Amino acid sequence: MAKKLRVAHLYPKLMNIYGDRGNILCLKRRCEERGLDFELDELSVGEKLKSDHYDLIFIGGAQDVDQRRVAGDLREVKGDALREAVENGVVVLAVCGGYQLMGRYYRTAEGAELPGVGLLDMWTIHPGEADKRFIGNIVVEWNGGTLVGFENHGGRTYLGDGARPLGKVVYGFGNNGEDAGEGAARAGVFGTYLHGSLLPKNPKFADHVIQAALSRRYEGIELDEIDDRVEEAAHAAAVQLAMGRSII
Amino acid sequence: MIRRSVAVAAAKLTGGLSRRLGFGGGTALPGLVAERIDPEIVSDMAAQLGRGSVLVTGTNGKTTTARLLRGILRSSGLSPVANSAGSNMMRGIAAALAESATWTGDIRQRDRRIGVFEVDEATLPQAVSALRPRAIVFTNLFRDQLDRYGEVEYVGGIWRETIDGLDAKVTVILNADDPSLAALGRRAGLRTLFFGLEDESLAIEKLEHAADARWCSICGRELSYSAIYYGHLGHWRCEGCDTSRPGVEVGITSIETFPEALSLTVSLPNDQTAQFKLPLSGLYNAYNALAAAAAASALGATNHDIERGLRHASATFGRQERLTIEGRDVEVILAKNPAGLNEVLRTITNNGRSENIVFFLNDDIADGRDISWIWDVDFELLSGSLKNVTVSGIRAWDMALRLKYAGFDTFDRVELDTERALRKALTETPEGEPLIVVPTYTAMLDVREMLARWAGKKAFWQED
Repeated sequence: MAKKLRVAHLYPKLMNIYGDRGNILCLKRRCEERGLDFELDELSVGEKLKSDHYDLIFIGGAQDVDQRRVAGDLREVKGDALREAVENGVVVLAVCGGYQLMGRYYRTAEGAELPGVGLLDMWTIHPGEADKRFIGNIVVEWNGGTLVGFENHGGRTYLGDGARPLGKVVYGFGNNGEDAGEGAARAGVFGTYLHGSLLPKNPKFADHVIQAALSRRYEGIELDEIDDRVEEAAHAAAVQLAMGRSII
Repeated sequence: MIRRSVAVAAAKLTGGLSRRLGFGGGTALPGLVAERIDPEIVSDMAAQLGRGSVLVTGTNGKTTTARLLRGILRSSGLSPVANSAGSNMMRGIAAALAESATWTGDIRQRDRRIGVFEVDEATLPQAVSALRPRAIVFTNLFRDQLDRYGEVEYVGGIWRETIDGLDAKVTVILNADDPSLAALGRRAGLRTLFFGLEDESLAIEKLEHAADARWCSICGRELSYSAIYYGHLGHWRCEGCDTSRPGVEVGITSIETFPEALSLTVSLPNDQTAQFKLPLSGLYNAYNALAAAAAASALGATNHDIERGLRHASATFGRQERLTIEGRDVEVILAKNPAGLNEVLRTITNNGRSENIVFFLNDDIADGRDISWIWDVDFELLSGSLKNVTVSGIRAWDMALRLKYAGFDTFDRVELDTERALRKALTETPEGEPLIVVPTYTAMLDVREMLARWAGKKAFWQED
């Protein structure tokens, strides 16, 4: 029987604003090209999450108004199962608005505090609509290589001692525009502001996440090489465009 | 007064100079110059328009709707002033007004002049306060260029504020099929006119990935649809609070689709109908014609004017975007956002015109710097029909990657240089077959100019 990656996509309708669908398409494609089965469950507001079934839980970005609905559901319906899942070794990938909700809290532009699920030791503060939004191409140093994408967020994220940044900003703003940190990570939990979509154009990171997720049930699993010529070209071109433009 | 005439003269000089030097149509710079010299230029000049102004805003269809509306108004004997080249911020409107005036800043034949301006979504508040329009048309609200506006919610919010501040005499013309626009029409005492598609046989099955407004604006529950036309446009209702699509005063009761045309039956106020053939394809163009008919009706055009005007306006329409080059029928279709592009892909596929396509994806400011929207487009619609694909533009490799995911082997199909990409796509299109050119906004300007040159036609700003 073929090995299988089981993915839960949380709030696909509410949290999908920046082409997050591309991340799911990418996970599916990179599994199927290697003969791995791919199972996807989409879980909306009100639906329960099984804490021991999935290998990977993905949550994308949203507009502020939708983020409030999601914060409520995370608090009341899915939060406990999500924390339990991570205890069980399930991998979580959270992008943008989803990333913000993985922390301790998100203080909105109006000053309301949305509680996060507390999976990452971080918090996010929106300084108000008068302050600059962090919008643009972003290049991050990660794992000896780069991650490239687009960021668009008003909130500034700060990390506590229990989390480390996912990568170091080479071009762009990242978590808060001050400390060169981008995203946050701890064992099995990845949070980032990069969309664009994130995974298709960052195939090494995509495989890193897939491998971590599969390792829970298939210890020591190695992923086969696949044809990434278009992916690598898109990655290189995006890095070059971001950096080239930064000099002007 | 002197300031105004200096501003107008400066604008005219700049426009002429810009065209002569080959900088393009000179549609925005002259307005910028005029606004610098006289910040009140737009309201001063607009006050001279004897028939007032109508504004057209929304994510998709602004240019086409405004153009069709001009045609109708012209056939009813008026002489529209318009930012017809799609320069839709204040400077574009200022340039259009300056262009229509004499060198001393006077608009002639005032009792026949009416402003028909397409207005950028975020520019609406300024445009309303400067132009004091008689009517505002809202075509739709889709996700578009999120990096510029921040969020879809933001646009919805500034529209709501603008509508809250409107004078009771202004007619607001709204697409009833778009739940977020229908919500705008709920302000008490607002004079509204709703338009929408009535023919449910044209519905597609499910919501596309590009759909935005799927939650009830009153109670927050997910909306249910008995028909979806494109994106989130359709016949919707909320089971939670019993809000539903408002009844429409101007609607399309039936559509017959042809490969290159639509035959529409439009119901108008007072139980009248108009029937006409539009030499454009795609449901989105049916919506544009409908919005134009609704606006004309609100402005007092007779049903006869509307019918004749649309027929006449549309007779010259396709010319702008379709050219014959070396025996190939080349069509240029602007790609702006997921909902629009999905509809384009659906239309060319249904019409058997999707075998040869060249995509140009740019990420300049006017295109939107964030290209992640391509992941919300269903390029998978093309699998099975697209044979020759060429990919170009600043973000060509992003597009190549997206198309790879849709099943196309694009590694050898990228050509970064615009002219070479266009040439390659044209050469590889078998003679007699159509070539579809799909550029984003800034790429379109280059592409059109090149194609017009090859076809021996005038550049776009010289046509009406």
